[in-house]
Amino acid sequence: MTTSTANPGTRSAYWAGFRDGAPFILMAVPFSVLFGVVATDAGLTLAQAMGFTVLVIAGAAQFAAVQLMVENASIALVLLAALAVNLRMAMYSASLVPYLGPAPLWKRACIAYLNFDQTYITAIARYEARPEMTVPERVAYFFGVATPIAPIWMSMTLVGALVGKAIPEAWALDFIMPIMFLAMVAPMLKSLAHVSAAAVSVSVGLLLVGLPSGTGLLIAAGAAMLTGALVEIWQERRGV
Amino acid sequence: MNYASAEIWLIIAVMGVGTFLIRFSFLGLIGDRPMPPFVLRLLRYTPVAVLPGMVAPLVLWPAATAGQFDPVRLIAAIATVMVGVWTRNVLWAIVGGAVTLYAGMGLTALL
Repeated sequence: MTTSTANPGTRSAYWAGFRDGAPFILMAVPFSVLFGVVATDAGLTLAQAMGFTVLVIAGAAQFAAVQLMVENASIALVLLAALAVNLRMAMYSASLVPYLGPAPLWKRACIAYLNFDQTYITAIARYEARPEMTVPERVAYFFGVATPIAPIWMSMTLVGALVGKAIPEAWALDFIMPIMFLAMVAPMLKSLAHVSAAAVSVSVGLLLVGLPSGTGLLIAAGAAMLTGALVEIWQERRGV
Repeated sequence: MNYASAEIWLIIAVMGVGTFLIRFSFLGLIGDRPMPPFVLRLLRYTPVAVLPGMVAPLVLWPAATAGQFDPVRLIAAIATVMVGVWTRNVLWAIVGGAVTLYAGMGLTALL
């Protein structure tokens, strides 16, 4: 994934991505350590814990799966619940198409593997803000964002599994995740349509929080996207 | 946990492949083909439609307090959004939220 043969545009896009991804180390460290601890406590071997982290590379789904495995749920239920948690990423995949669709298939496959909340939100914010970026620059930027996050996520899981101690709760690092996601979203609230979509997302998300495995979130996201699109059309008709 | 080692590896493998296919889905299959304008319009709102709904329950019922509402965390979340909207800068928003969170926790510890 180096850019040694690439032109200066993609190289600088890669390093811009690296810089923008770096703050997420703060968030990846406590969660990956915790996953290592939880996974080994649950009875997974070191190899199995690392298998999860490297092959699945999706924090929330990994925690959900291990939780259900501790409860000795059926294999089908574990898989169904964990994959449902990840379904929001199909929306991420679709929303990247207008920006990354023309990239070569193997690059899109690599991006798909690395397409999780942090890389997605960072990349899409940049693509929206800079429509002049070329497709190779966008690809390089995405890899740049993933470079500081993915290896930390994997290696810190290993540390957690070996050391077996989570970072103390008094540090409140649990709340780094909400703060970082809100910090990413807030600058995107640039129109009435965006604000309305976010408001619907929050209200429906809270209302349906009791539904299993992120299905409430999927409904909330669908309703919010529709709200955004309809408000946008309404504003266009009014000529705002 | 009562699974055989092979069963655990089966779970890991299917989850890995399934998650990859979810992430690859549209990006892999549609590629360069044009999408209908209304779909593009919907997709523009993906980030603001998914993340606020994902974070809201964590703000109101934090896992670290066993789901007990915590005013400090709510105020920190509001501060993050306000700084982010005002400065349009992600790092300032993170700093604003983190400073509010730790200042609030420090204050409640003193009181």
